[in-house]
Amino acid sequence: MNGTLKRAAVACMVMFGLLMINVNYLGAVKAGDYSTDNRNTRSFYKRYAVDRGWITANNGKTTLAKTVDTKDAEFRYEREYPNGRMYAHVLGFFAPESARGIELNENKLLDGSDPDLVVGRLIDFVSKKPPKGASVDLTLIPAAQKVAYDKLRASGKRGAVVALDPKTGAVQVMVSLPTYDPNELAIPDRGKVAAAYNKLADDDTDPLLNRVTEKTYPPGSTFKVVTAAAFLEADRSRDPETTVPAPQVLDLPGTTAGLPNYGGAACGSGEVTLRFALERSCNTPFGQIGMDLGWDTMREESAKFGIGEPIDFDLPTAGTTIGPEIETAALAQLAIGQRDNQQTPLQMAQIASAIANSGVLMKPTLINKITDPGGSVIEELKPSQLDEAMSGEVADELKQMMVSVITNGTGTGAQIPGVTVAGKTGTAEAGDAPAPHAWFIGFAPAEDPKTAICVFIEAGSAGNDATGGGTAAPLARDVMQAVLEAK
Amino acid sequence: MTTAPVAEAPAVPMTAKRRGAQLVMLAFAIVVVMGAYASVGLGINGQIPSGTFTYGLGLAALMFAAYGVLAKWAPWADPLLLPLVTLVNGLGLVIIYRIEQTGQGGASATNQLMWTALGVVMFSATLIVLKDHRALQRLTYTMGFIGLGLLVMPLLPFVGREINGARIWIGVGPFTIQPAEFSKLALVIFFAGYLVAKRDVLALAGRRLLFIDLPRARDLGPVLATWGLSLGVLILQKDLGSSLLVFGTFIVMLYVATQRTSWVLIGVLLFIGGAVLAGQLFGHVQARFEVWLHPEAPEFYDRELGGSFQLMQGLFAFGSGGILGTGLGEGFPNLIPLSFSDFIMAVVGEELGLTGLMALLMVYALIVQRGLRTALAARDPFSKLLAGGLSFILAWQVFIIVGGVTRLIPLTGLVTPFMSAGGSALLANWILIALLVRMSDAARRPPPQAIQNEGLTQVFTR
Repeated sequence: MNGTLKRAAVACMVMFGLLMINVNYLGAVKAGDYSTDNRNTRSFYKRYAVDRGWITANNGKTTLAKTVDTKDAEFRYEREYPNGRMYAHVLGFFAPESARGIELNENKLLDGSDPDLVVGRLIDFVSKKPPKGASVDLTLIPAAQKVAYDKLRASGKRGAVVALDPKTGAVQVMVSLPTYDPNELAIPDRGKVAAAYNKLADDDTDPLLNRVTEKTYPPGSTFKVVTAAAFLEADRSRDPETTVPAPQVLDLPGTTAGLPNYGGAACGSGEVTLRFALERSCNTPFGQIGMDLGWDTMREESAKFGIGEPIDFDLPTAGTTIGPEIETAALAQLAIGQRDNQQTPLQMAQIASAIANSGVLMKPTLINKITDPGGSVIEELKPSQLDEAMSGEVADELKQMMVSVITNGTGTGAQIPGVTVAGKTGTAEAGDAPAPHAWFIGFAPAEDPKTAICVFIEAGSAGNDATGGGTAAPLARDVMQAVLEAK
Repeated sequence: MTTAPVAEAPAVPMTAKRRGAQLVMLAFAIVVVMGAYASVGLGINGQIPSGTFTYGLGLAALMFAAYGVLAKWAPWADPLLLPLVTLVNGLGLVIIYRIEQTGQGGASATNQLMWTALGVVMFSATLIVLKDHRALQRLTYTMGFIGLGLLVMPLLPFVGREINGARIWIGVGPFTIQPAEFSKLALVIFFAGYLVAKRDVLALAGRRLLFIDLPRARDLGPVLATWGLSLGVLILQKDLGSSLLVFGTFIVMLYVATQRTSWVLIGVLLFIGGAVLAGQLFGHVQARFEVWLHPEAPEFYDRELGGSFQLMQGLFAFGSGGILGTGLGEGFPNLIPLSFSDFIMAVVGEELGLTGLMALLMVYALIVQRGLRTALAARDPFSKLLAGGLSFILAWQVFIIVGGVTRLIPLTGLVTPFMSAGGSALLANWILIALLVRMSDAARRPPPQAIQNEGLTQVFTR
């Protein structure tokens, strides 16, 4: 009987072996499918079981997103945004089934699942503490953010404000309006959140859209600084006093239409200095310069400013372009920031920043530092250079001209008493719409730039006679002043 | 059975009693359980539950009492069985306590501890009363009737109760008892006694057809009777699990007793026939099969009766456990219906992870292995068959239920031995272990030394 008993024993061993293989199969192969199955409510509950790291600004002194321990058995930790609307497009939100913004981009650090936090997580696991995430400190300057938000909101316009530290690429201000309250999307109730989200998504004014990074617009005359940079770089015998032809209407080859100046006005006496052309924002000289430089030079110079290049930023960004190579007339139009020339406000701020930083383009970043739950810093802002957009000499010449724009050109609205401001206005036709987009890019103080800015006011929200100088420049002035005061 | 059992005895080395080692292992098992218990509290609210010591010391007192009985009445017994069972029973208590904390109705650690106490009483009583398990051989047919009677009891009016769609309960005062759990013990004893008596006929008579020895038609009687009984349980009580458990165990015991592979083939054919028949005739059998094949399908998931909701929730739990699990007290057992009963392994999978599952399966495998070792070492055919049958039914039950909840095989309801909440199963399984302990004591006890050993030798050589 022992022979058959042994065979029965083997059968038992096989049964246990099959069970063990099967549990491993479940844990290793099927687990992925199961965790993403929407009938598995665990992932939903688990999001609220983590003591999620906070998001702060100003070296931890201002709280932007915090985690509240409700002691609730099911949804223990809830997310709150004390000043949600003001920071909505930067922070994003932490919803039951999705996330956006910094909440999404830094999710692994915030929820503690990043490999950098493995030791702390293991200790939490062994000591049975709820997992705790790292806290993220942003480069934003709350005082300036508040000024930008309040002023833009008070004007009732739609638009975007972004300010950068030209030397480090740190984002100082990022405001996009209209905005939304991320607190409504962070409650642990999938039904309510879905309803709130759908309402926002269906809104015609698109409050969920981060106008700083997620959408491109024709930059208008602000782009002339890029054309000017290409013009100066192409031949170093040129300087701001070099004269350029400035007809009242520029003939566009291959078309019957011509390129006029803003409002059809004349620009000087038919031949002006580059400085004068930029101060007055004449279209015809820059259109001519664009056509003279040709596609390759314009493309190369734009690329050095980061246009058309994928950008490694902490938030999703829309792709920028000067437009496809088509007829020569398009070259004249893109040189003044029209036609298919499409830029994000962030990109335009980058251009101002590169000029301010003696031609060196820095990588923009929102992250100041990341601190693990134990308080030690695991990541810190290290300024990194993206490209050299132009020589320091050319940058200086552009800077001088941009100062002239503020002192006696179209940008007088951006003057700050006691501070030398450099800038460029832009008023861009937005397709067939009668109302234009209003732009301003600039930096201050010109001698030692501490902030570079781009203000964008969306077409249609500021009337048909909106201009960069009249509408965008004063807002830029207030925000730059706030940044300089806070610094 | 070709070799005489006595001739095999020297093959098993007669080691020491190992009572000291057993005591250390028992203490270790209790420490593990207390640690797990404290861990549940830490996981839920960051505090060691106030009951850690009451529950822990209660369990310890029970188990050391069981140890005392074992040391006195079965001193040569296998030293591993009691610590292993203590570990599984204790972890079951912890998991039930953990589920109770979520407020899921029906889970009560206090009740389970009480039943554990009763289980230990039954264990001790069995060891004290049953001095020689071979006495059971004389009760073969009595056991057969008891087993049968217990099995059909839930069908009787007044005492029978139907809970969760299966008519496998009887009501006794405030308690409900699942007589099938006791019936399985009686039936294994009956099978062992019956097969020892009839095995020569069942093993030898027959004729050869092609390459296989077929038994005579009239010898098919017992197999067909058991098959009919299992089908009856399946049809009348809708208890797929017990039906499969009894029939499978009988076939394996028949094979062990007769060494005839043809019985296994006949058994498998009968099983397939029965399954197909039942699948065609009864909706609930077919439903289980469909759910097994496509648990993810929304039409089965959302089906009110016999749907895959519970199975899928269990699988989600296994999936979320990962290697180390979420940690005790940090999973979501409340998402799985009846997690304290049939699906307790899913809770283990989620909170203790693959590591915990593998360890637990290993402990079960070790219990079964110790039982089978006892069967190998036993000195008479009845003991061999009984120990083998009891060990196999334990392994088979673990396979059916764990295989079911992990979707290795179609899900048929059975309790997970020593873990699931429920008194009947706990009592019956403690008796099962007592029988194994009793038999291992007999098998490991050194045979009485013949006093005239040397004298005999001298007489022989003279």
